Amino acid sequence: MLYNEPSPLEVRVLSRRFGLPNSASIDTYLATDGYKALRKALEMKPEEIIEEVKTSNLRGRGGAGFSTGMKWSFVPRTSPKPKYIVVNADESEPVTCKDRVLIENDPHQLIEGMLIAALAADAHAGYIYIRGEYRYLIDILDTAIAEAYQHGYLGKNILGTSFSFDAYTHTGAGAYECGEESALLESLEGKRGIPRIRPPFPAVVGAFQCPTVLNNVETYCAAPAIIRDGGAAFAALGVPKAGGTKLTCLTGHVNKPGVYELPLGFSVDKMINEVGGGIRGGKKLKAFIPGGSSCPVLTAAECEGLTMDYDAMAKRKTMLGSGGVVIMDEDTCMVKVALRIMRFYAHESCGWCIPCREGTSWLRKTLVRFHDGMGQRDDIGLIGDLAKNMLGRTFCPLGDAAALPTISIVEKWAAEFEAHLNGRPCPYENVSQLVMA
Amino acid sequence: MADLVKLTINDRHLEVPAGTLVIEAAKRNGIEIPSFCYYEGLALQAACRMCLVEVEKAPKLMVACTLPVAEGMVVRTETPTVQQARKSMLEFLLSNHPLDCPVCDKGGECELQDMVFRYGAGESRFTEQKVHEDEKQWSPVVFFDMPRCILCFRCVRICGEGMGVNALGVVNRGVLSEIAPNKGDHLECDECGMCIDICPVGALTSGTYRYKTRPWEMEHVGTICTHCSNGCKTTLGVRNDKIIRGNNRDRSGINGEFLCIKGRYAFDFSDHPDRLQTPLVRTGGKLQPASWSQALEVVAKNFQDVKQRGGRFGVIGSNHTTNEENYYLQKFARQVLMTNNIDHHRTGDVLTLLDALSGRNEALATTQDLYQSKAILVVAAELALEHPFLSFQIRANYRHHQAHVYAVTSQPVREDKTATVIVRAAPGAELSAVESLREKLKAEPELIILYGDAIKGDGVRKLVAFGTSLGIPVKYVPLVDYSNSRGAVDMGLMPELLPGYQPSQAFGLTWADMLASEDLGALWVIGANPLKNAELRARNAFMVVQEMFLTDTAQIADVVLPAASAYEKSGTVTNVCGEVQRLKRAIQTMGAKPDLEIIGLIAKEMDAAAVVGPWTSDSVFEEIRKNVRGYDVPVAMIATGGAAQTMPVNGRIAVESRTDLIRSTHDNLFTSGTLGRYSKMLNSVLERRLNYH
Repeated sequence: MLYNEPSPLEVRVLSRRFGLPNSASIDTYLATDGYKALRKALEMKPEEIIEEVKTSNLRGRGGAGFSTGMKWSFVPRTSPKPKYIVVNADESEPVTCKDRVLIENDPHQLIEGMLIAALAADAHAGYIYIRGEYRYLIDILDTAIAEAYQHGYLGKNILGTSFSFDAYTHTGAGAYECGEESALLESLEGKRGIPRIRPPFPAVVGAFQCPTVLNNVETYCAAPAIIRDGGAAFAALGVPKAGGTKLTCLTGHVNKPGVYELPLGFSVDKMINEVGGGIRGGKKLKAFIPGGSSCPVLTAAECEGLTMDYDAMAKRKTMLGSGGVVIMDEDTCMVKVALRIMRFYAHESCGWCIPCREGTSWLRKTLVRFHDGMGQRDDIGLIGDLAKNMLGRTFCPLGDAAALPTISIVEKWAAEFEAHLNGRPCPYENVSQLVMA
Repeated sequence: MADLVKLTINDRHLEVPAGTLVIEAAKRNGIEIPSFCYYEGLALQAACRMCLVEVEKAPKLMVACTLPVAEGMVVRTETPTVQQARKSMLEFLLSNHPLDCPVCDKGGECELQDMVFRYGAGESRFTEQKVHEDEKQWSPVVFFDMPRCILCFRCVRICGEGMGVNALGVVNRGVLSEIAPNKGDHLECDECGMCIDICPVGALTSGTYRYKTRPWEMEHVGTICTHCSNGCKTTLGVRNDKIIRGNNRDRSGINGEFLCIKGRYAFDFSDHPDRLQTPLVRTGGKLQPASWSQALEVVAKNFQDVKQRGGRFGVIGSNHTTNEENYYLQKFARQVLMTNNIDHHRTGDVLTLLDALSGRNEALATTQDLYQSKAILVVAAELALEHPFLSFQIRANYRHHQAHVYAVTSQPVREDKTATVIVRAAPGAELSAVESLREKLKAEPELIILYGDAIKGDGVRKLVAFGTSLGIPVKYVPLVDYSNSRGAVDMGLMPELLPGYQPSQAFGLTWADMLASEDLGALWVIGANPLKNAELRARNAFMVVQEMFLTDTAQIADVVLPAASAYEKSGTVTNVCGEVQRLKRAIQTMGAKPDLEIIGLIAKEMDAAAVVGPWTSDSVFEEIRKNVRGYDVPVAMIATGGAAQTMPVNGRIAVESRTDLIRSTHDNLFTSGTLGRYSKMLNSVLERRLNYH
């Protein structure tokens, strides 16, 4: 099902089947060019598939934005070990909900994407690691996998060729950390979800110590379109260094929140005011999160002339991230935002390394006290200090994810922190809030 | 030799082998990079982030414990950024760490305390409530105080990787992450205490030591554990002439930091209330306390009487007494009592092995060899329970050098986990099952074979023939039971053998013969309990027992002389691999005397002191070095706490081994003959284990 009306400004490539009747069924899929790309890929050499993906300028949609073609090319195809395809469907980044609609509406597109990656990497088994809270998606995927086996798109000798591939679903148990690729692999192997020391990277030593292609759901879902229509066509949809479209989860104080497929390089202003129908109640924009809670938060001024692509975001010292956009209007209490974000990270820190484990917990406690009106002037400096002490020093990016938004908020909205000092109640106490801290 | 890589650390130009980690490269060159979770020999964690260093061209601080050196790398460990990072990690750590150093067992030798002293963060900016959980007891040995834990995961790793037990894990996440037993609320493990000693802070504390003293109030005496035959060095913490703890944190000795429950906690027999502290002489049918001079007089008089009337003597020595005591005892027996009726409880067939190997000097493995050999074959032995250190060495070898381990046993053993091939054979059929490994073993570059007491006599010859037929260098370890079982054989505590495996002129009585003899005039038992499961036929024999406790044997003796334990005397012992090490006296127990001194005093009382010579351990050891084959070991090496392997193999031994007398008692991790029965800690663990199953 769909959760929002599509926007006419969307460029629907990955979401082209959204809204079709029985869009998740293999019949609908086959009737709309489904598994055409697989047939084409079966005729191609692995190098050609990888070359096509490189041409498409597809960059990892999980948040890091690494070139997918490059990543696939790192897998040692000639290794005597089995190779694996792993799908990161542990979509846990706050406000991100694109993988969910992709799987719900078009699971076969994901399976076809896995098959293409498998051909490129000479893999014969793949695991879809789904976050525990997406229980109902497992049923959808399992049904789709069963259909694919019935129709000969999975299993032995796919479409009469020598290529064989098995796909499995595997459920997470509710840990944000398991969205980090190496922690995901640990969890997949049945261990505690903590990240691994890298290098070696999963491309060389991944699942079960074997070479592994590990990508986000949306990344795999882009593969069929790239092979079907050509990498160049996909690349042309976006900007020079980032091809294609990105599913954007527009949330917060906009009139029409939802998941929209927008080409890379889409204007932020247009996204808020035209796709999202403007800010609720005609209020002014105060803060903008471009891609999940892990990104540094931007002020309204920083959003001017900004476009939704990797490099433009990097220039403003933030990230495109996972596509989870949060629009915050002028009534938002930024201390509360910082607290809400830190609550999340303190809850989700895996506890492996000291700065993240202790830092998130300390910051959460201090922010709770501060927001409750028991803050002291020293705390403002302390909050920034602690976040900086975590930044770049933790084992995995979770620490950075907690530190970056915190540093940006405490630096950019220092005045709001001042306003919370000395027992004063939160200035936004009586205003209806988006976030429940 | 690996290729050398050039790098600079703090402007010092270094050359280290490729693949070395930066933290190791620094350490080997005297540059300290602090860390908690990095621990030599255990899996890398990169969790504590204390070892962050600046590396030129790297965008951020790098973790020195997982960073291999690279050509031309420029590392700085003391820049303001690095110092600030360290300080911030300590500040984070202290945020939830209770500041109960004044009562914490670890105070004074705590790594966190040391780091804070050195790298700052003494004053905290943390004003929130700390995470607290009450202390838990996981076993009689292990207590856990969660708030003190800094989650370096050393305990989890040493238990899993080092011990192969995997009793510990982590539960919860984030700041509530907690080390916990995998059995939930209690441990079902070796109770070795490795987790406690490896803990950098006071999170894990031991049942014997907790809240007893401060580290600086103890004297630390490095001696050799008196329980099994592995010969681990244990450093005893002594306060007011009482042993309070055992550990080997300084990694001195053959065992490094390894100790099992016995080496670490089973010293407590030494001040058991039942310990004998005064000689006992049977008067009016009852054992009555007597003075040393009275008791010695009775012994000397009776020995003289038996000798004068041409009666038979029986002398039974010990597996626990020192080489000096054993040598001195057999000398006394042979030269003063003029008898070869001397024996001890034999626990493994060393004799046949030496004979079968005769001439091959390099065929005896050391404990260090077990860590380095490319392949190891375990035949009919439960190493993890009976020879915990040897088992530890093999696991470490597997972990660090990927050694091939072969296990041929009748029961599942811990070596299975690391084994290349596991062969299960019916008890007694292990030897023939070894044959099935022939092709695999032939392909190995070298091999060490360890065998238990089930392989003896012809079995040993067959095993050696098998080893020789492989065409590769093979070394052997004949497994024996106790701390000086090997030394007792070497010293000739046998009726058929003189010291150094020289056949005696006339074979005397074995201990079984002595007990069965009708006309035994006197029985002298030193540190043994032969009557535990046997009867003495010659009821009227005059019986002297030198013991720590009133054992079954001591109870029917005519004179009981209170003996000092291994922790109360000096001397040398020889471990299962034939390595000689020195005991160092840690404490004194009032009233008790070392067996060497007691034998000497008896000799003096019998006017035979000149025959046996002075009874200082040093002078006797000199005599041993001169007279006992293989014992001409460097004195300096032993005197400084090292181990020197004896090499007695250089010819045939013209005596057949009495295989009928060889029987291991198969003491496990929690038993240790008489000593074990008087160890409170071992007994409390045994009692608790009864409840598990």
